[in-house]
Amino acid sequence: MKSVVIGVIGADVHAVGNKIIDHVLSSAGYNVVNIGVLSSQEDFISAAIETDAKAILVSSLYGHGEMDVKFFRENCDEAGLSDVKLYVGGNIVVGKQDFNEVEKRFKDMGFDRVYGPGQKIEDAITHLKEDIGI
Amino acid sequence: MDVYLLVDFGSTYTKLTAVDLKSETIVGTSKASTTVQTNVLEGYDKALDRLLRDHPEIDNVSDISACSSAAGGLKMAAIGLVEELTVEAAKRACLGAGAIVDLVFSHHLTKREMKKLAETPIDIILLAGGTDGGNQECIIHNAKKLRELDLDIPIIVAGNKDANDVIDDIFVGAKFEYHIVKNVMPKLKVLDVEEAKHGIRQIFISKIIEAKGIKKAEKKIGEIIMPTPEAVLIAAELLSKGFEEVEGYGELMVIDIGGATTDVHTIGEGYPKRTEVIMKGLQEPFAKRTVEGDLGMRYSANAILSTVSSYEFKQYFDEDDKWEHDIEKSIKRRRENTDFLPTNKHEEDFDNAIAKICCDVSISRHVGHIEVVYTPLGSMYYQTGKDLSDIKYVIGTGGVLISNKDAKKILRQVNKKSNKALELRPNNPSYLLDKSYILASMGLLGQKYPKLALKLMKTYLL
Ligand code: B12
Repeated sequence: MKSVVIGVIGADVHAVGNKIIDHVLSSAGYNVVNIGVLSSQEDFISAAIETDAKAILVSSLYGHGEMDVKFFRENCDEAGLSDVKLYVGGNIVVGKQDFNEVEKRFKDMGFDRVYGPGQKIEDAITHLKEDIGI
Repeated sequence: MDVYLLVDFGSTYTKLTAVDLKSETIVGTSKASTTVQTNVLEGYDKALDRLLRDHPEIDNVSDISACSSAAGGLKMAAIGLVEELTVEAAKRACLGAGAIVDLVFSHHLTKREMKKLAETPIDIILLAGGTDGGNQECIIHNAKKLRELDLDIPIIVAGNKDANDVIDDIFVGAKFEYHIVKNVMPKLKVLDVEEAKHGIRQIFISKIIEAKGIKKAEKKIGEIIMPTPEAVLIAAELLSKGFEEVEGYGELMVIDIGGATTDVHTIGEGYPKRTEVIMKGLQEPFAKRTVEGDLGMRYSANAILSTVSSYEFKQYFDEDDKWEHDIEKSIKRRRENTDFLPTNKHEEDFDNAIAKICCDVSISRHVGHIEVVYTPLGSMYYQTGKDLSDIKYVIGTGGVLISNKDAKKILRQVNKKSNKALELRPNNPSYLLDKSYILASMGLLGQKYPKLALKLMKTYLL
């Protein structure tokens, strides 16, 4: 069973989506390591190392996501997690912005998949199957 | 009169406690220097003679239980993957089993680290790494390295269970004995150290006692059942929880300042006391022990000077202490002559200052900390470690404290507040002393007679 780490980054307390993601990914056959809300980059990274996770799914709902995920890819590389896929979703930026722009900015930061507001977690399962298998 | 004899082979003294099960009292205690260099039984016999001489009413020893921290105690190496996760979990398992953790390694063992492992006197290695179903690569790598080294040191394997079969194959034909037990961190941040602790204790009983030359004693006194610090931790837990209708003392702390180390034990959940505080890090053990190898009255006296500056050191002298202390010289004297005993007020006061530093600094390291994090949404509070602000009792034990008339003054460092606002120290505890030095014995007695051990502790801790 493949492990994936999920959690909500930064000072963000939006807990509902996180629970749904946990449930949906578990039902899809993944070993979900949920580090919950208020998680730092280090929390995600340490969890991924110990659990041998193949992907990290970062949620950010409260608008400060762009700031919280700065250097996430670099920090993963530093920790030996270069092969781990990085996904980010939720309401990752402040207010309504052109999603193509947003996606590009996050991809430039090293995220493999970027999801806009309202995008269903089920979509991510298709991508997970492609990227890491099941 | 029949007595149950409790024996503690300590690093310096062999201590005996005689308990009368019928009248539920401690008949007497005695001690003599520990004699591991020649024959441990010499010291034991001497202490027993003293006990029988002072208490002629004893005419039969009906049962004996013993623990030991002689010959350097139980020395361990803890190996894990991520520092704050499985490495920390492995460390806690060792400490909880009463060991001193002399070596700690994370991620892949390197040649340098292997050399260190081979050169350091270690009794048992605890090998962890990965959650169950998680990372196997690291623990397998480290198992291979340990097999290459093939030291005659027993290994407890307590990592990702998925790696266990592979490790069995790697260890085939090895010189060392090994035991595979439950993962110390089966799920992320979840601590499960009971099996590992049990495994450590089994090896301690079956092998370490022998290697340290204490086995000889077993002919006379039966099995030595645990390391002394574990006995203290068990006693503390019993005193905290209570037994059947005999109530316990609730959350409590035990401090043992010794010649080489300072041990702190706390019993309590230590959850945040305020709702706006968020817990970080690995789950904390309910009964937690920490050992500071750089805080001690004699062997580690030197190290104290690298922990506190001489300016800070001076702050630990009493206000009415008007001596001109030469700190460097006084420290050196104690380090070079570890049997040093203060003979006048001047030297006593200096010893008290060292003891206060040991107490203050070990508490700083043991208690949880609050960290304020400034976020886009204002400040938030994170807690790492245990919140011990509601601890009700602080109990002092160990040679330095129990025979010191200023013991409670030293212990009061525990709730010292200055500059330490973010440390979750006990706020307003009552202080007790293990005057008759019975805590370890009560841990032993509690294995068979928990209720009696509890009652005796409630009577004899003052
Ligand atoms: C409930 C709520 C709260 C509650 C949260 C309670 C709790 N503990 O969960 C409270 C009142 C505490 C709250 C506070 C705040 N909130 Co609020 N909150 C909401 C609200 C109304 C619903 C969120 C929710 O639960 N949705 C239901 C779940 C199921 O959906 P979801 O969270 O979006 O998650 C799904 C998807 O996004 C996706 N997803 C999420 N992460 C990821 C990751 C990946 C990889 C993928 C593929 C998919 C994915 O899958 C999830 C499951 O389907 C939203 C508005 C809204 N309708 O979305 C605002 C909203 C999220 N909040 C907002 C704001 C601004 C705040 C505050 C900053 C307000 C303030 N000024 O104090 C604070 C921040 C507090 C903090 N420190 O985090 C804004 C964010 C705006 C932005 N990003 O630009 C929103 C969008 C409201 C708005 N339109 O302005 N909030």
